[in-house]
Amino acid sequence: MMNVICTVCPKGCHLEVNLDTKEVSGNDCNRGRVYGINEVENPKRVITSTVKIENAIINKLPVKTSDAIGKHLNFEAMDIIKKITVTSPIKCGDIIVENFLETGVSLIATRSL
Amino acid sequence: MYDLIVIGGGPAGLSSAYKAYENGVKNILIIERDEALGGILNQCIHNGFGLHKFKEELTGPEYAQKYIDLLKNTDVKILLSTMVMEVTENKEVHILNENGYEVLSAKAIILAMGCRERTRGAISIPGHRPAGVFTAGTAQRYINMEGYTIGKNVLILGSGDIGLIMARRMSLEGYNVVGVVELMEYSNGLTRNIVQCLDDYNIPLYLSHTVIDIIGKNRLEKVIVSKVDENKKPIKGTEIEFEVDTLLLSVGLIPENEIPKNVGINLDTRNNGLLVDENMETSIDGIFACGNTVHVHDLVDFVSDEGDKAGISATNYINGKTTEKSLLPIKNGAGISYTVPQHININTENTIDISFRVNKIFNRAKIQLECNGNILKTFKKPYCLPAEMERIKIEPELLKNLDDTLTISVVDWEV
Repeated sequence: MMNVICTVCPKGCHLEVNLDTKEVSGNDCNRGRVYGINEVENPKRVITSTVKIENAIINKLPVKTSDAIGKHLNFEAMDIIKKITVTSPIKCGDIIVENFLETGVSLIATRSL
Repeated sequence: MYDLIVIGGGPAGLSSAYKAYENGVKNILIIERDEALGGILNQCIHNGFGLHKFKEELTGPEYAQKYIDLLKNTDVKILLSTMVMEVTENKEVHILNENGYEVLSAKAIILAMGCRERTRGAISIPGHRPAGVFTAGTAQRYINMEGYTIGKNVLILGSGDIGLIMARRMSLEGYNVVGVVELMEYSNGLTRNIVQCLDDYNIPLYLSHTVIDIIGKNRLEKVIVSKVDENKKPIKGTEIEFEVDTLLLSVGLIPENEIPKNVGINLDTRNNGLLVDENMETSIDGIFACGNTVHVHDLVDFVSDEGDKAGISATNYINGKTTEKSLLPIKNGAGISYTVPQHININTENTIDISFRVNKIFNRAKIQLECNGNILKTFKKPYCLPAEMERIKIEPELLKNLDDTLTISVVDWEV
């Protein structure tokens, strides 16, 4: 049995995940069940950060991974993100890096600047 | 003459202006002091916004962008880099920007100025006054928008959401975050932020601890932390020394209400927010308010809801569609720290939303609405936390013929 706090929504249900049967209890919705199993088997997070931007009203463009990627990749991802510089204009949703860290997920802009 | 002037271009201002536009108000102006719309969302680059409003998980700037894009296709006017200096009772708005000083007027005004951070001075931390002590929101803006590096080794005081979010953000950026210190015996942040911001990065949370000394000549060198007793007094002999060059303060937010205070709009002394009725109307007819200027929210989605409500109410006011007022105050009973609205019009025809916060943790909460000792309605919740705003809905029929103060209270519900 593993205790997991669900972070899908701000409610924060306290889940109990049975490691053998993959049964989840304590969840208020189905998204919580999926989260509980994933959190035990392969925890994933969306990374949000910033890259340098030139010719914009501020110096940093906010970015995120378009989907969650393995939690263990957090710092590897940051090493790449820190080296990126883009130039204005950028539109919210523009792809900054395709197939980021070979995850099939893109790094995208989250603001138009 | 404008039909509607909205003061503040953050989430509350944007949604209220758009709602009024959608409902047919023609001549709308939004006034924003920053160079861009979006308010605090622009520095909140983390995700978790929009789950209620848009049914998807957005970052702060993306959430703001949704409203900015909606407004782009309208004729709502926007004044950026403009400060509001004064608002008068007859709905004049005095503004100052690079073109000088100007007095505008409107049929209705929506106040959406948001809130600001409590500082070191507000909580009177003793010690030296070196560089390296920041409010968490200032650090957030420096790092996420300006691109500054603000230090190396970081301690955070206060486990509110901004403090927790900054603990993760700075860890990812390569800072060494040595801990988060919290005066209370529980965290003031959302549970998921404890998990994703502290647990994921093995950052310790020191509950029932506080900062008792700040040491450093020019730059911060050391922070002394001590355990506190049940009266929040530091306990001698429990001191811990942290050798850090950066201290972030995430010690609460205060509604930013100098403008309404100066014109004599009534404030709620419990949380320094504005007193409003169920239509988000302040004590001056035709001046409405929404968002963190009324009470500090933890979810932007609910700020937008409040903005929508203010937008609709302002529309009705502009069109002369108002209901005669007979205001009944709402009192906070046991377990409640404040409610919004603070009074309601019993002649209303609409369902009333009441937001409130509890003042301690309830594992099984029974929320009761009563008047003259009669219980009008009860709501059961699996748990209530001070960190999370609660909302209940009341049907207008329930309020008919009431003549005394309404009281909302929360008690533990026995199984």
